[in-house]
Amino acid sequence: MKIRHSLTGNEAMAEAMRQINPDVVAAYPITPQTEIVQLFSNSVADGKVNTEFVTVESEHSAMSATIGASAAGARAMTATSANGLAYMWEVVYIAASMRLPIVMPVVNRALSGPINIHCDHSDTMGARDSGWIQIYSENSQEAYDNLIQAIRIAEHKDIQLPVMVCMDGFIISHGMEIIEAEDDETVRKFIGVRKPQYSLLNKDEPVTMGPLDLQDFYFEHKKQQAEAMKNSAQVILDVAKEWKEMTGRSYDMLDEYCMEDAEIAIVAIGSAAGTAKVAVDALRAKGVKAGLVKVRVFRPFPKEEIAKALAKTKAVAIMDRAESFADFGGPLFRDIRASLYEYDLRPKTVSYVYGLGGRDVTLDTINQVYADLERLVKGEQIPMLNHLGVRE
Amino acid sequence: MADILEIRWHGRGGQGAKTAALLMGESAAEAGKYVQAFPEYGPERMGAPVTAYNRISANPIRLHCSVENPKYVIVLDPTFYGAVDFTSGIRDGGAILINTSESPAEWKKKLDFGGKNISIFTVDASKISKEEVGGNFPNTPMLGALIKVSNVLDVEEALTAIRSKLTVKFRNKPEMIDKNLKAIQRSFEEVQSE
Amino acid sequence: MTTKKIIAPDAKWQEIPMAGIIPTAGTAKEFKTGDWRTRKPIHSEEKCINCLRCWVYCPDSSILVKDGKVTGIDYDHCKGCGICAKVCPDKVKAITMINQSEE
Repeated sequence: MKIRHSLTGNEAMAEAMRQINPDVVAAYPITPQTEIVQLFSNSVADGKVNTEFVTVESEHSAMSATIGASAAGARAMTATSANGLAYMWEVVYIAASMRLPIVMPVVNRALSGPINIHCDHSDTMGARDSGWIQIYSENSQEAYDNLIQAIRIAEHKDIQLPVMVCMDGFIISHGMEIIEAEDDETVRKFIGVRKPQYSLLNKDEPVTMGPLDLQDFYFEHKKQQAEAMKNSAQVILDVAKEWKEMTGRSYDMLDEYCMEDAEIAIVAIGSAAGTAKVAVDALRAKGVKAGLVKVRVFRPFPKEEIAKALAKTKAVAIMDRAESFADFGGPLFRDIRASLYEYDLRPKTVSYVYGLGGRDVTLDTINQVYADLERLVKGEQIPMLNHLGVRE
Repeated sequence: MADILEIRWHGRGGQGAKTAALLMGESAAEAGKYVQAFPEYGPERMGAPVTAYNRISANPIRLHCSVENPKYVIVLDPTFYGAVDFTSGIRDGGAILINTSESPAEWKKKLDFGGKNISIFTVDASKISKEEVGGNFPNTPMLGALIKVSNVLDVEEALTAIRSKLTVKFRNKPEMIDKNLKAIQRSFEEVQSE
Repeated sequence: MTTKKIIAPDAKWQEIPMAGIIPTAGTAKEFKTGDWRTRKPIHSEEKCINCLRCWVYCPDSSILVKDGKVTGIDYDHCKGCGICAKVCPDKVKAITMINQSEE
């Protein structure tokens, strides 16, 4: 049974968490994530979930407690944003390298400074090499759907990796939208019960986790981790297929919009992709062959899918809501350019860093990028690296 | 775009602009429409000017930016006059609803829409709120005025939806539900057009 | 998981448990640390009063005990730290440390 809700992104995440009913949640509040855990703790207090809720004194402790619970065999979750993610940094890596299937909503917020509580992707983009699977959501609906699917992806026996489910701070987290939720039974049937391969609480089969690992085996364990990340792509697709069969809502590594015959295209992540789709509609009505690729899964990086989606285009703008101070565009820009290197026929690519610290991304903002691409196709020069809409 | 109704709310921190936008969104959602309701987060202080937005459509809404050209602008506090540019970007053919004891004609003299055809509606939401709810909470009466003026929702359906939302909000103060609904009803009757 | 398999030093990444997990208990027993020793404890059954202080304090579980009596020292694992000799009561001194080379 489907339930139509009007929910903010945070409410949608909290609702999904209530339905997931994790064994353990350990979390610390930070804007704009706070509401997720606050609403979830209401569910705990009201006895709607069986979760052991651990209030901790920092994000470092939140992730540490979540790791402990997950190692003990529990389905464990936490949630954070920006500086909170930064504060849990060292244990974020440990969660991945211990192969613990923790699922964590991250409400994207600028990683200071100057201090700013609004949306950009500088927090999770910094964690792109931490070994976590990263799934980004365009809206509340996707945040809900992605969070539930993430449980299955993380816990798959061939994967056993943690997953960050990302959602744009304030724009989505505090914006109310219509979402279609599934009933509790459907969700619980879909996610099943975690069956850990190893558990610290299984006294019949005692194990040691997280031992010292030196020159002779560390590298092999890293190879395993890389292999699990590689294999996760297929699992992400399989889980999405199953989710579609149950809900009718389909997901892929990418979301391609009007790309079949597109000559110019934008690649973006998160809520700005929604606005860009509206811009594409208007351009198409005027006869401009514009398209959009939204990257849903950033880790593992869908290198072949991206290259295939962009192969026939003439010019592509790659939009990063994060500045990575490389003097070479954002992380998405560099990964896409690297993906295209294998192909003889490839479009021109330009980088646009945009929307930092919550700067509004309007239709005009997006239209400006498509206009640049049209000029580029006509042979005009466009700078390779751009900071979209910055005053200069 | 054309099929999306856009609304902008101006209030002060504590006056309930965000709550009004949420109630409007939820009422429209109950009526089967696609909606968005979101505040513009600035410094969240009592008394500071705040803005909140709605989008309402028969189709899914994919825009995720602030509303620049609203059809309706609701001003919860008349003291914004001269201080906050609440007429900014208002769409030609749109309307502005002001919480004031003055008449639309008086506001017509004060406001300059740059040649755009904008209807002005006024209602003394603060007075209604003080009399019916017992305090200055102009958000629900202004919501009533918007529902009446915009005609996008069935009045009875909207009232049912608002009642159910207020029931959740005032779980611990159930007497506030009927008081607010009464305030909304009075606003239906007392809102003035030019 | 009862098989106490020691992983071959040249095992491939596909052949080892993930994340460095040691999927079985008591593997320290297979890992001989006796050759770390430079000093060696010698236990005297004659002097020993079987108070078991050495057994409590030994960080490597190398004091062998049977039926409440110290029967000797596990030289495969004893690292020669000397704690056992130190904690043996002054009036007893049933454990003495000698240089490994004196053996």
